[in-house]
Amino acid sequence: MILWNTFVLALAAIRRNGGRSLLTALGVVIGVASVIAMVNLGRAAGQQVTANISAMGPNLLFVRPGMTAAAGGTRAEAIPFDPDDLQAIRSSIDGVIVAPGASASATVAYGNLNATTSITGTTNEYFGVRNLTIAAGREFEARELENGAPVCILGPTVVTNVYGSAEPLGTTLRIGATSCQVIGVLSPKGSNMGQDQDDTVVMPLRAVQRRLTGKQDIATIYVSAVEDGTSGRVRADLITLLRERRGLRDDEADDFDVRDMAELAATLQSTSATMTALLGAIAAVSLLVGGIGIMNIMLVSVTERTREIGVRLAIGARAREILLQFLVEAVVLSVFGGLVGVALGIGGTWIMVTQLGMPFVVSVEMVVAAFAVSGAVGVVFGYLPARKAARLDPIAALRHE
Amino acid sequence: MTAPVIMPAASPPLIELVGVRRVYGEGDSEVRALDGVDLVIQRGEFVMVMGSSGSGKSTCMNLLGCLDTPSGGSYRFLGVDVGGLDRDALALLRRHYLGFVFQSFNLLPRTSAMENVELPLVYRGMGARKRHAAAAHALDLVGLANRADHTPAQLSGGQQQRVAIARALVTEPMVLFADEPTGNLDSETTHDVMRLLQTLNRDRGITIVMVTHEPELTHYASRIVTFRDGRVLSDVPGEGGR
Ligand SMILES: Nc1ncnc2c1ncn2[C@@H]1O[C@H](COP(=O)(O)OP(=O)(O)OP(=O)(O)O)[C@@H](O)[C@H]1O
Ligand SMILES: [Mg+2]
Repeated sequence: MILWNTFVLALAAIRRNGGRSLLTALGVVIGVASVIAMVNLGRAAGQQVTANISAMGPNLLFVRPGMTAAAGGTRAEAIPFDPDDLQAIRSSIDGVIVAPGASASATVAYGNLNATTSITGTTNEYFGVRNLTIAAGREFEARELENGAPVCILGPTVVTNVYGSAEPLGTTLRIGATSCQVIGVLSPKGSNMGQDQDDTVVMPLRAVQRRLTGKQDIATIYVSAVEDGTSGRVRADLITLLRERRGLRDDEADDFDVRDMAELAATLQSTSATMTALLGAIAAVSLLVGGIGIMNIMLVSVTERTREIGVRLAIGARAREILLQFLVEAVVLSVFGGLVGVALGIGGTWIMVTQLGMPFVVSVEMVVAAFAVSGAVGVVFGYLPARKAARLDPIAALRHE
Repeated sequence: MTAPVIMPAASPPLIELVGVRRVYGEGDSEVRALDGVDLVIQRGEFVMVMGSSGSGKSTCMNLLGCLDTPSGGSYRFLGVDVGGLDRDALALLRRHYLGFVFQSFNLLPRTSAMENVELPLVYRGMGARKRHAAAAHALDLVGLANRADHTPAQLSGGQQQRVAIARALVTEPMVLFADEPTGNLDSETTHDVMRLLQTLNRDRGITIVMVTHEPELTHYASRIVTFRDGRVLSDVPGEGGR
C-alpha cells in the first residue's frame, strides 16, 4: 500500500514538473537508444557477413596469381594459371571440385537495350562451387565446352537490364563483337558486400578465351572442399602444389593468393564482434552520462522542492518515505527514458539497416538488458539526491526560501 | 503503519512542558531561544501565543509540533516523553495526532486543492476513494468545495490558507498548530480564517495553538500565553472560551 502510494506520489510529482522530467529522462533516452542501435547494427552486420559467406559457399577457396618481385626491385604481375594447373589440382588433391575462371568485361545488347557486365568463362563445376542454380534452361554441354561454343547463361540483373520483360531463352545476345545463344538463366543471389552478384554472364571457358580475351590465361581458380571443415587442409595442399608447379624456391614468397572463405568469415566475424563491443561500450558511456544527468537534475529538483519536502515531513512523512519517493521518481524517469530509448534505438536500427541493405535483427535480451540497466541507473544515480531529500531537517526545509 | 500506542495514564494533559529549554549554537554564539518554559495545555483549549519578535514563539511551536526536540526539560504529549522519540516516531506522532498551518500556506505548487488536501491521507495509507471523499468533505468544511480543481496559483491568499487548513484538519488531528496563520492575509480574510478556526475548536473539539502578533484577534482564544525572552511572561484566560 505504501509502495503503491509512493508510486502515486512520484507520478504526481513527475507530472507536476513535466518539462524538467522530460529533460531528466533525455540523457537516458539517448544513452539507451545509442546502445540498442549500435549493438543491433553490429549484430546485423555480423549476420550479414555470415549469410553472405555461406551464400558464396563456406568451403570455397579462390586462387589468383599474385605479384612477384621483378628485377630492379619493382613488382610485376605473376604468371597466370593455365589449364594444366587445373588438371594438376584435380588429380593430386583429394575431395575438391575445381572450376576455372576467365573474366572479361563487355557490353551486352539485345534489341535496343544494352548494359555493361562482367563475363566469366568457366565449366559446369562453377555452378556447384559458387552455389549457383539455374532457374531456367540448362547447363553447358560437353561439346560446347570442348569447342568454346557461343552459348551463355545470364544472371537475373542482366536479364532485367537487357531484356526488360522479353523472354531471353533461345535468343541471340550480342556480347562485344560476337554473338551468342542464351541457354539458361540463373536464380537470383542478391548483392554481396555492395556487389550485385546477379549482374553476370557465364560462358564456356574457351569461348571467353577465344572470343573475348584472346588469351589462354585462367585468372582465377575456384576450389571447393567437398567436406565441411577440410578447407584448411585443401588450402595447405594447394599452396604446396602450386609452389612446386611454379618452381618457387624455399626462400621465395608465394606469387599467388589462396583466399579461404571460412577463414575470411572467421576474421570478418571477429572484426564485427569487436566493433559491436566497441560501439556498445561507447554507447554505454553515453548511458552513464545520462545517469549523471538524472542525478544532476534530481539534485536541483530536491533543492527546488525543499519546502515541499518540509511540508511532507511536517505532515508526517518518514525519512524512508521521502527517500522512496525521490528514488521512485528517478527510477520511473529513467525507465521511461529507457522505454523511449528502446523505441528510438529499434527505429534507428531499422532505418540504418534498410539503408544499408542489411538484415533487421532485434536482440530481445538487449532490450531487456536496456530496461534493467536504465532501472539500475535510476536507482544508482537517484539514490544520492533522494538521500539528500530524506535527510532534510523539517524546520530548516519549511523555512527554505 | 499503526499509530504509536499511547496509553493515557489517569488522563494526563494533552501537552505538558516542564522547564523546557531550547538552545541554538554553542559558546559565544549560543542563543537561548527557550529558557525554562512551563506550560500545560488541556484538550479543547484555543491557545493564542503572543509576544515580541524573537521571544521564542516559533521555537516553542516547533517543539510542541514535534518538529524539533528540547535541549533540556521535558515535553510530554498525552503523557509520552517526546524527548525520547527518534525521527521516525516523531513523524508518526505528527501523522496521526497533529496538524499544521503555516504563515506562508506551503501548498504544493501546480497541484490542485483536492490533491493538496489528500496528501496527509496518502501517508496514512488510505485508499484513493476514501481519500477523495475525506478531502472533498474537508474542502466543503472550509467553504471551498467549488474550488477543488484549482491550483494554488488560481486561488486568493485567504482561499489558499483555507485549503491549508483543510489539509491540516482532513486527518482529524487532536491539535492544530498555526504559526501566524493570518500573517499574510488582509483583515477581512483574517477574520474569515479565525472564524473557521473557532468553529473547528468549538464544533469538532480540535485543540488549537496559534501564534499571532495581532492583539485584535485575542477575543477568539480561550487563553492567551505571552512570551518574553524565551519564558512565559503571562498566561491569562481569553473571551473565546466555550
Ligand atoms: N535555527 C536557529 N538558529 C539559531 N538561532 C535561532 C534559530 N531559530 C531561532 N533562533 C533564535 O531564537 C530566538 C527565538 O526565535 P523565534 O523564531 O522562536 O522567535 P519568534 O518569537 O517566533 O519571533 P517572530 O515573532 O519574529 O516570529 C531568536 O533570537 C532567534 O534568533
Ligand atoms: Mg515566529
